Amino acid sequence: MEIKIVRKVLDVNEKIAQENREMFSEQGVFVLNVMSSPGSGKTTILEKTVSSIMPEINCAVIVGDICTTNDADRLARTGAPVVQVNTDEFGGDCHLAAHVIENATRNLDLDSVHLLIVENVGNLVCPAEFDIGEDARVVVLSVTEGEDKPLKYPLMFRVCDAALLNKTDLFPHLDYNRESAIDNILQVHPDMPIFEISATKSEGFSPWIDWIKNRLREKLN
Amino acid sequence: MSVKIWAASDDFAPRCLKMHEMGIAMQIVEMSIASIPEEMNNVQVEIINLKVGKLAAVIPGSLRFCFDIVAKDTPLSGAKLHIEEIPVVVKCNECNKESVIKELSFKCEACSSGSTEILSGRELDIESIEIADG
Ligand SMILES: Nc1nc2c(ncn2[C@@H]2O[C@H](COP(=O)(O)OP(=O)(O)OP(=O)(O)O)[C@@H](O)[C@H]2O)c(=O)[nH]1
Ligand SMILES: [Mg+2]
Ligand SMILES: [Zn+2]
Repeated sequence: MEIKIVRKVLDVNEKIAQENREMFSEQGVFVLNVMSSPGSGKTTILEKTVSSIMPEINCAVIVGDICTTNDADRLARTGAPVVQVNTDEFGGDCHLAAHVIENATRNLDLDSVHLLIVENVGNLVCPAEFDIGEDARVVVLSVTEGEDKPLKYPLMFRVCDAALLNKTDLFPHLDYNRESAIDNILQVHPDMPIFEISATKSEGFSPWIDWIKNRLREKLN
Repeated sequence: MSVKIWAASDDFAPRCLKMHEMGIAMQIVEMSIASIPEEMNNVQVEIINLKVGKLAAVIPGSLRFCFDIVAKDTPLSGAKLHIEEIPVVVKCNECNKESVIKELSFKCEACSSGSTEILSGRELDIESIEIADG
């Protein structure tokens, strides 16, 4: 005997993500989900990004980190409220699921926040599958990683709305094929905006900051 | 099995990939058990029919491996996962033609436009379970 089910396995997550999305819209918050492999520079990029956007736009950050509070401490220095999610408490997960974001936002006063940035767990596989109710997704690829990462992790590069190519200050020291990295991103996601930056040298940030502000205005105005 | 996982990705991903599929396997077990009518006792589920898109972050071999572990001591113990792999199909926003994506190039086959929309390939669906008769 066959019993029909016909449901998405991630139904539960998608339902909570949708609730989050409605809550963020009601509160007037634009949510950015930032993803990458471990160590690509997410925290460094967000420190600089938040510093240059505040106080014009009030920011808050949720950061997923498997065992330390280092990232949260660094981000808190920007003056933005930071919630650290220790993913171990949620079963050692390698991504932030929608219910985790829902819980984390309870620790934030969203009334005074217009830009909520989520630093996801360093991983190019799982976070791509888990909607958290965000408005935009961004993937960071650093030039110390292989040029073929977009082809190895196509879902991540496909579901993201923009890519940041970070650590460009290292070009002179590497045999990195910049064109091939960019071609590979565009192969998976043809019209994806790509911002080339050096987070440590604070180079190339203005097009990226403008992109965030435009997306935020599109939603909130 | 573990060799396959390693080959599919590098550095940190293998550990995560396994955990990721573990969570998915748990969800499949939970949804399957919930779908068994209450009045049925001693049910033995034989087959679980799934649809998994080629873009989904799931490796069938690792999913089966995790499922066998999670299904132990449940009515799903020993059940087989029938996985139908769904190809990636996009629809062109310029000329409306549909293309099946091979070699990970997401351009329209007809007009080479890069502006395409994914129609299928992201599935991670549980379709049905099949129960032993009698
Ligand atoms: N040369 C160079 N190093 C960078 C740049 N951005 C980040 N780094 C370095 O890369 C290392 C990792 O940076 P993080 O910002 O912690 O990276 P992350 O992606 O947040 O790492 P996880 O949260 O652990 O996944 C640090 O040593 C940074 O100083 C850059 O633009 N250039
Ligand atoms: Mg970090
Ligand atoms: Zn076309």
